[in-house]
Amino acid sequence: MRLPRKLHAPLLSVAILAIVSAVWEGATQTSRDDGVRSEYEMLVAGADETARLPRPSEIAALGLEMLSDPVYDRGPNDKGIGLQLVYSLGRVGLGYIVAVLVAVPIGFLIGMSPLMLSAFNPFIQVLKPISPLAWMPLALFVIKDSVWSSVFVIFICSVWPILINTAFGVSSVRKDFINVSRTLELSRLRTALFVILPAAAPTILTGMRISIGIAWLVIVAAEMLVGGTGVGYFVWNEWNNLDLASVVVSILMIGVVGMGLDFLLAQAQRAVAFEDA
Amino acid sequence: MSSKHKFLQIEGLARRFPDAMGGEELVVFDGVDFAVDKGEFVCLIGHSGCGKSTILNIIAGLDSASEGYVFVGGREVTGPGLERGVIFQNHSLLPWKSALENVQFSVRARWPNWSRRQVREHAEKFVGMVGLSDAKHRKPSQLSGGMRQRVGIARAFAIEPKLLLMDEPFGALDALTRATIQDELIAICRATKQTVFMITHDVDEAVYLADRVLLMSNGPHARIAEAVEVPLERPRVRAEMLDDPRYHRTRSHLLQFLIDSHGGDAHAPQLKAAPTPMTAPEPASADGASFSVMTKEARR
Ligand SMILES: Nc1ncnc2c1ncn2[C@@H]1O[C@H](COP(=O)(O)OP(=O)(O)OP(=O)(O)O)[C@@H](O)[C@H]1O
Ligand SMILES: [Mg+2]
Repeated sequence: MRLPRKLHAPLLSVAILAIVSAVWEGATQTSRDDGVRSEYEMLVAGADETARLPRPSEIAALGLEMLSDPVYDRGPNDKGIGLQLVYSLGRVGLGYIVAVLVAVPIGFLIGMSPLMLSAFNPFIQVLKPISPLAWMPLALFVIKDSVWSSVFVIFICSVWPILINTAFGVSSVRKDFINVSRTLELSRLRTALFVILPAAAPTILTGMRISIGIAWLVIVAAEMLVGGTGVGYFVWNEWNNLDLASVVVSILMIGVVGMGLDFLLAQAQRAVAFEDA
Repeated sequence: MSSKHKFLQIEGLARRFPDAMGGEELVVFDGVDFAVDKGEFVCLIGHSGCGKSTILNIIAGLDSASEGYVFVGGREVTGPGLERGVIFQNHSLLPWKSALENVQFSVRARWPNWSRRQVREHAEKFVGMVGLSDAKHRKPSQLSGGMRQRVGIARAFAIEPKLLLMDEPFGALDALTRATIQDELIAICRATKQTVFMITHDVDEAVYLADRVLLMSNGPHARIAEAVEVPLERPRVRAEMLDDPRYHRTRSHLLQFLIDSHGGDAHAPQLKAAPTPMTAPEPASADGASFSVMTKEARR
């Protein structure tokens, strides 16, 4: 093959997508094939026809349609997918940023002292494995607001990986680097900012990347639970309408946004990475 | 208390470590006394584990003695300080900073009121001094072992310490690189009249570099067993030194001490000294300067 090596993998990806779509398309082929199905289906779905998996061509068409006008707002049950994603991203962003602002400094303090690390460890170990959704009833009771409760749930699920990684990263900074700082008579603050922070940054960013992934997983579930707005609610709503094509499009959008979030954190991770010499 | 005329004065130094099992304390060394004059280059030699690094760390202020005192310039050492520059065994460069940035970081700590330009110019001068001007923007991971060690040297010299402390600085280097950097070190020390306290495993290195070599006995309860003056005048030329009977006498004396104190110890010492000394360079490059040039070429 004369193709540049760089193109091999992308071309293969396209081929895989084409094959999977073709097989899917063939497997879900039905006798009926009219052009105006989506409107019609919306009205009759579940009534005179058992719901069936949408075909890739339908999904693609619907996807293009939904993305052509992503941010319209026609009442509580009819908002564009883009708008719903913005709601979800807003909650994730807020909960996540607060989690970073809380977890990094606390993790730093815990990591600086072996005593604190041991003292806090049991609490972290117990709180970490709790499903974030298990906090929801408590959050709803205390906060009494569904939107803020989902923000809280995002906060609580993002906080542990960042906290643990920060504490671990700080506590395992090489003694040599601290000694360099000591021989230079740097203050504690300067040591923390200019030696420990950059040394621990890759580990902290790893925690932040894990957290954003979890947060994006959790927001969908949280919004399904509390309803109102957001992409999780949107998916649930479409399921209630038995509009599976919309569900699949939304699922793909959730995946794409999640990938974007992960990409951002991966870039940040690369920015602070260093090779140990 | 004895007189504190010397620049670096160590008195009755002891270091004990509590036993992990709660048993008897480990006395690494005790009753260690020695002194280093201003401008003097002193090497400390001893078997692995006798406590050399511990002594150096106490002088650096990074560790504290169980007993005894360290005075630098008449002042007791109670912690680390900028007047003592340390070159660590494993270079300890900050891996996220380039070579130049590593040096600048120390310069900024030493002179916090300097402008950015002053800091940069000063750092560049010292990076240039160890021959790394072309590689100054590289990260430590992109430098060879010898280059990293040079950055470490530039970093320590750049803060213009009154006392330079080096813990086996060239241990990880091959013979040619080692020789080159030794020559650079000697040149810089001569130019700055630097006082140096250096630990080494390498008898040849000690004789070539030092004015005086301290021999440390084996631990536990290690001591400074002997201080050997190196009777070679400076500047020393490697090739000529090899023909000097005083060089061989001193070298044999140090080796003999290490072999005697070894005494059938199970864990073998990591002596760098081979039975035959440094291989004589080719006649064409028989003097120290061209030997150094040759090694520079050889590294490329
Ligand atoms: N933190 C510590 N706790 C207990 N023992 C220690 C500690 N640090 C060092 N030691 C012991 O002190 C002794 C001296 O260690 P040191 O590192 O000073 O040896 P060294 O002479 O520098 O050896 P080498 O030549 O191998 O570097 C060793 O026996 C070591 O086991
Ligand atoms: Mg040592």
